[in-house]
Amino acid sequence: MAEMKELLRLLGELDDQLVSCMRCGMCQAVCPIYGQTGREGDVARGKIALLEGLAHEMVKDPEGVQDKVTRCLLCGSCAANCPSGVKALDIFIKARVILTGYLGLSSVKKAIFRGMLVKPKLFNNLLGLASMFQGLFTSPVNNVIGSSCSRFLEPVLGDRHLMLLAKTPLHKEVPSLDTPAGKSGLKVAFFPGCMADKIFPRVGHAVLKVLAHHGVGVFLPENQACCGIPALSSGDRQSYEKLVKANLEIFAKGKFDALVTPCATCTSTMKKIWPMMAEGMSPSDQEAIRELSAKVVDVNAFVVDRLGLTPPAPKAGGVSVTVHDPCHLKKSLGVSVQPRTILRMNPAYNVVEMNASDACCGCGGSFTLQHAEISAKIGQQKRDNIVGSHAQVVATGCPACMMQISDMLSRSGDQIAVRHPMEIYAESL
Amino acid sequence: MNDALLKEFQALVGQENVMESEADRFSYAYDAAVLQSVMPGLVVRPQTREDLGKLVKLCNDNGLPITVRGSGTNLSGGTIPSRGGVVILTNALNKILEINEADLYAVVEPGVITAKFAAEVAARGLFYPPDPGSQAVSTLGGNVAENAGGLRGLKYGVTKDYVMGVDFFDVDGEIVKSGSRTVKCVTGLNLAGLMVGSEGTLGVFEKLILKLTPPPLAAKAMMAIFDDVNKACETVAAIIAAKIVPATLEFMDNFTIRTVEDFAHAGLPVDAKALLLIEVDGHPGQVADEAEKVEAICKQLGAVRIQVAKDAEERNKVWEARRAALSALARVSPTTVLEDATVPRSKIPAMMQALEAIAGKYKLTIGTFGHAGDGNLHPTILTDRRNKEEWHRVESAIDEIFDVALGLGGTLSGEHGIGLAKSKYLEKETSRATILYSRRLKKALDPKGILNPGKIIGE
Repeated sequence: MAEMKELLRLLGELDDQLVSCMRCGMCQAVCPIYGQTGREGDVARGKIALLEGLAHEMVKDPEGVQDKVTRCLLCGSCAANCPSGVKALDIFIKARVILTGYLGLSSVKKAIFRGMLVKPKLFNNLLGLASMFQGLFTSPVNNVIGSSCSRFLEPVLGDRHLMLLAKTPLHKEVPSLDTPAGKSGLKVAFFPGCMADKIFPRVGHAVLKVLAHHGVGVFLPENQACCGIPALSSGDRQSYEKLVKANLEIFAKGKFDALVTPCATCTSTMKKIWPMMAEGMSPSDQEAIRELSAKVVDVNAFVVDRLGLTPPAPKAGGVSVTVHDPCHLKKSLGVSVQPRTILRMNPAYNVVEMNASDACCGCGGSFTLQHAEISAKIGQQKRDNIVGSHAQVVATGCPACMMQISDMLSRSGDQIAVRHPMEIYAESL
Repeated sequence: MNDALLKEFQALVGQENVMESEADRFSYAYDAAVLQSVMPGLVVRPQTREDLGKLVKLCNDNGLPITVRGSGTNLSGGTIPSRGGVVILTNALNKILEINEADLYAVVEPGVITAKFAAEVAARGLFYPPDPGSQAVSTLGGNVAENAGGLRGLKYGVTKDYVMGVDFFDVDGEIVKSGSRTVKCVTGLNLAGLMVGSEGTLGVFEKLILKLTPPPLAAKAMMAIFDDVNKACETVAAIIAAKIVPATLEFMDNFTIRTVEDFAHAGLPVDAKALLLIEVDGHPGQVADEAEKVEAICKQLGAVRIQVAKDAEERNKVWEARRAALSALARVSPTTVLEDATVPRSKIPAMMQALEAIAGKYKLTIGTFGHAGDGNLHPTILTDRRNKEEWHRVESAIDEIFDVALGLGGTLSGEHGIGLAKSKYLEKETSRATILYSRRLKKALDPKGILNPGKIIGE
C-alpha cells in the first residue's frame, strides 16, 4: 500500500474538477444505478462528494470510497446531463486509477490484465484454446439469439446466457490487410476490437464487406491490442498504457484517413480517454495519441458522413428493427442518427423506435460481472423496452451492448435477434 | 450508534435498508446548499409508510434527531443532519395512491418525484402546476416541506396552493390527519397549512393530498429586449396593472444574457441590458388577446425588439434560453451561490440597483435572473469557496442583500426555504416574539427536539 499522503496529493489534483459539482443532484434523474437502488453513494453527486471528503480527510476509508466509485457503469449519463458541466466520467476514471494505485490491484485482475491482456498473441492463443473446449461446458438455449448457458460455470457466471467465443475469430480468417483506396478515394485503419474479433467476427466481416463495396482501402494490422478500457476502468494504469503504446506502434506503420471501429466503447476510449489520460506518457506518445485519436471514428458515422449515403425510400412490410443507442456512442460521441441511416440503407428492414432507446443496457464492462444483480435489473428494463417495440431485430453499434442485450432477451426466452447495424447493411450488398 | 440499537433499526426495516458505513453516511451529509457537511449516525430507507411511523417512534424513544430526506436538492441546508442522528429517506415511498379525475385531487406518498407525478397527471388530461427548478429529481414531500415555488408562481401560485391535506406522524409515530379531499374544509385547526414549509421540524409526512386543475388550452411566448433595466421593470409593473397575469414573466440581466449566449448560442442580444421572457396561457381567444396587449405594452415602454414565438419550436427556444441560465452561470466559476431574496414586484428596479452596488462594493460577480413577475429574483454569486478571503466578501454581500430586500418590504426567501442557511436572519424579518412563539410550538409538539433540529428557528 502506498502512502496516505500520496493518495491525498493525487486526489488534490482532481480538486478543480471536483469543486465544480454544485450538488444540485440532477444526476439522480438519469443514473441507471441510482434508478435501481435510490442510494446517494451510487449517483455522481454522492461519488464526487466522497472523493472530495477523502481528499480533505473528512472520510477516512479509501476502500469504502473505492467500493462506491466502482459501482458505476461509466455510461456518462450524469456528465451528459450535468447542468454545470462536471466531467464526471473523467473524474471517475482518474479516481479509479488513483485508488487502485493506493489500494493495489486484485490478484485475479493482475493475472488477467498483466499476465494476459497486455500480450495480444498469448491472449489470442488462450482464447482460441478456450473456444475449442467451451462447448463441453455449455449448451445452446436460444437459436435466434445464438446464446448458451452453463451449469458448470454457474458459480462464476450465475444464470447468465452467454454469447460463446466464435469458432474462428476474425484474426484467423483475415489476419491482416493493406488494400489501397478504391473509388471512394479513402483508406481506413480497421480496429475490430476484442469482442468483434473473438465473439462477433460476423460484425468484423460485415464491416469489411461494406468498406470493400464502397471502394474504401483497409489497413488491418496483425496483433492489435485491446483498447485498454478494461484495465483502466479497474484502475490498472500500467497495463492500460502498455496496451495503448502497443496500438500506437502498430498503427504508426500504416497510412490512412480514418481509424474505424464497430465498437462504441473502443471508439469512445480511443477518441476521448486516450487524450484525457495521455498526461504522464512520453511527449512522442502524447503526440502520437493526438494524431491517432483525431482520426478515430465510429464505423456507422464514417460510412454515413464520409461516404455520403442516401437511404432509399422505405418499403412497407419488411423486417422491423429497433435501435439501442450505446452510451459510448450517443452520450459520449453524439452519434445516434448514423446507425439509423445505416439500417435504412437496407430496404428489407423498417426502423421502429423503442422507449428510452438511449437508456443504458446495464453492461458497463466488468460491472456486469461484479454487480450482476443490478446489471440484470437495468438490463431487464432495456429488454422490456425492446419487446415493447414489437421489433423482430434489435440493432446496436456496440458488441458489449450486444452481449448484454442477448443475455437479457435470451433469459426471457424472447425470439428477437441482436445485430450490429453494419451486419444489416452488409446483408443488402 | 450502539449495536443493540442498530439491530433494532435493522429488525424494523430490514438490514439491506440500513446504511451504517462511513461512505454511505457521508453521502447524506450535504444537500444543494453551499454549507459545511455533517455526517449522520445512521441512514435508513423504509419501504412502507407503516415502517416510517415506527422509525419515528424508535428515534423519539431513543432521543435520536431525525432528518427526513427526499432527493436532497434544497438550497438552504434543510436536509443536512446538523446534529447527527438518523437520516430517513423517503425515496422508496414513491407510490401515487390515487388520481381522482372527477374530484380533481391526487393522493401520493411523500417520495414521488415531482416531474413523474406531473407527467402522470398530464397523461390523464389534468395539470399540476408547481414546477420548481429541481422537479426532474425533487420529491413532492420535499416540495411541500419547503413550500417550493417555480416559474409558474405568478399566475398559478406555489406548492402551498395545491396542498389540500397532509397526513403525518407525530413524534410518537401516531398518524395525525389534516385537510380533506374536498375543495372546502374547515374541520379543525389548519394543520396541513402548518406542515407546508415546516422543513421537517414539526412532523413526518405520511401521505399528501394535492389539488389538480384542468390545463390551459393554449399558450403564447415572447421575448422582449430592453436597453435599460428600469424600462424592463416598468414593463413588468405595467403588464400587471393592465390586469394581465402571465403564466410566466422572467427576467435576465446583461451578465446572464452574455453568459447564456456564450454557453448556448441561442442568438440572444448580448448588448441588451435586460430581457423579459413572457408567456400567457389560457383559452385560445384570451391568449391571442392578452399576447397582443402585452406586446403593445412592451413597445410602449421602450422595448427595443420583441420576438413572438410563432410555433412550438420557437416557443421552446424562448424557454431554452431561460432554462440554460443557471447552467450557464454555474459553469463560470467553481462555486455558485443561488440566492432568492424576494421583494414586492414594484421594488424590482430598486433591488436591481442595490445588487449592482453590492457587486461593486464587494468586488464580486453577480448574475441576476428570475421570476420578475412575482418579485422573486435570483442574484447568483459566482465564486470559489476555496478562496477564503473572497468567500468572506460573499458572506458580507449576502448579509447586505438580505438587509436591502427587507428594507424594501421583501422577504429572505421566496422559494428556497430557511433551513440552516438563513436561520440567523429570521428575526430581522419577523420579531423576537415570532421566534419564541415558533420555538414554544416546536417544544410542545416535539419535546425532545428530534425533528430536524436547528432548522428555521435555530435552537
